[in-house]
Amino acid sequence: MMVEVLISLVKIFVIVLGFVMAVAGLLTLLGDRKQSSKIQNRVGPNRAKILGIGVLGIPHFLADGLKLVLKENIVPAGANRFLHTLAPVLVLAPALIGWAVIPFMDHYCTGTMQTTAEYTEICVGGEWKNYFSIMHLNAGLLFAFAIAAISVYGAAIAGWASNSKYSLLGGLRSSAQMISYEVSMGLSLAGILLIYGTLDLNEMARMQGYLLWDWLPMWGVVVQPLAFFLFFLAGMAETKRAPFDLPEGESEIVAGYLTEYSTMKFAGMQLAEYAATVFIAALIAVIFLGGWQIPYVYADGIRIFDNHWVPFGEQAWYWISIFLRVHAMIFKILVLVWLQFMMRWTLPRFRYDQVMTLGWKILLPLSIANLFVTALIVTLL
Amino acid sequence: MANVNVKVIDREPQSLWEKSYIPEIIRGLAVTTGHFFRNLNPSKEKRTTFTRNYPEEPTIYPERYRGLHRLMLRDDGQVRCVACMCCSTICPADCIHIEAAEHDDPTIEKYPSVFVIDELRCIVCGLCVEACPCDAIRMDSGVHIPPYGERNEAFYDRDLLMSMGGRSQAVQGGKR
Repeated sequence: MMVEVLISLVKIFVIVLGFVMAVAGLLTLLGDRKQSSKIQNRVGPNRAKILGIGVLGIPHFLADGLKLVLKENIVPAGANRFLHTLAPVLVLAPALIGWAVIPFMDHYCTGTMQTTAEYTEICVGGEWKNYFSIMHLNAGLLFAFAIAAISVYGAAIAGWASNSKYSLLGGLRSSAQMISYEVSMGLSLAGILLIYGTLDLNEMARMQGYLLWDWLPMWGVVVQPLAFFLFFLAGMAETKRAPFDLPEGESEIVAGYLTEYSTMKFAGMQLAEYAATVFIAALIAVIFLGGWQIPYVYADGIRIFDNHWVPFGEQAWYWISIFLRVHAMIFKILVLVWLQFMMRWTLPRFRYDQVMTLGWKILLPLSIANLFVTALIVTLL
Repeated sequence: MANVNVKVIDREPQSLWEKSYIPEIIRGLAVTTGHFFRNLNPSKEKRTTFTRNYPEEPTIYPERYRGLHRLMLRDDGQVRCVACMCCSTICPADCIHIEAAEHDDPTIEKYPSVFVIDELRCIVCGLCVEACPCDAIRMDSGVHIPPYGERNEAFYDRDLLMSMGGRSQAVQGGKR
């Protein structure tokens, strides 16, 4: 019992603090600025130095953090002090809790791994040990969605508690946007749920190891390309970043629900936005891009066109495959985050009514159509 | 209202290809991605960034750049200036202060015992250089006027100005 609790704590520490917070924090204060600078033919932040060393502007990231910690904490007059303080927590916590169900790798097998003719990996003579996701929940996707949707409460409360018209408008816009996009997000996944028949994220990733005609990996994006596109778009809209950054549209409502925030409260909210970006990237990776799967690489060797060989012996290969797969998952997440940022610096931002039109008149009918067609095909086959 | 001329402009109708936005978004992404990777190129010449990392890579000024003043020297190292007051007279910013004194050498009438330029008042017009009859003051030091923390740091006195100076090629005090 104690050992299991300890393992869980280590997993939480490594995944949430070591990966999510590190990636989100670096992205917040550095990656985004550096990436945008490269796109716009600038050099980006590079002046801050610690002891004369300024590698890639990383000290900027530390300096910004320090600055935010040391700034004066301002609660505007007439604001609800309790809710004003609570809101950043309500925004940041869901962005981190959702990671509980993201599998970074299949469960560890104490016996020997075998891959069946259907490319399903089974554990022979042992049992599965959950070492690579914080929590194994067979309704993982439902949990992830519920938690992702909760984060809007924080934004809405922040908007209301700030006692500012801009904040209130930002909070309202954020709720409206969340409602519009949560619907198409859920419906775009309904089709893929019909195909996989499970809500367990790890099971989904495991099913994507199937090779169609022995060479085409049956990833979600191959089976449901339209759903992938819709989910990517809706997911981007839900992270409230440009081009869908209406809740904080600078030109119209100052900074939306962030207007009255300073210090680490502001930083927490900003961080939550980036953590949500990373979380959406992880969900897309697991559902549509095979999660930890690498094409043709299986726990018991490499398979392609009915050929099968095991480099470095079976047990060694199992360890190598675990290593490769964890890194494949992280790589997929990072590429998707990069892609979302590319979109952010490529597209101009939408007007408020355009976002609503896109959500209700285009994405929603498309996702319903996608669901119907998928249902029809699944029934007929 | 009947006389208002309304000019109807034909809008180019968007094709379905453009209306779907996706190909155009991909085109836009290709542009930004191209810039992104081009500017990650390890060789700096192949990048398209224009930013100069200023203190490490200083700007090379053109030859005729008007920078900090300097006072030129005679062959024996004395100040070349004869305290004729031409420069301080013409200076539109009134930033040159000269106090003349009698020189021991009878062939040299005067020399500046005090010569102070207030670099903060200087508007870098170059008129003092134009006015100087004996090539004593120049602005070709190749460095711009630096920023100052204290007001009195900006007062450049004679010795400081001379320390930047050099020998002039021009002949001074020629035969009558």
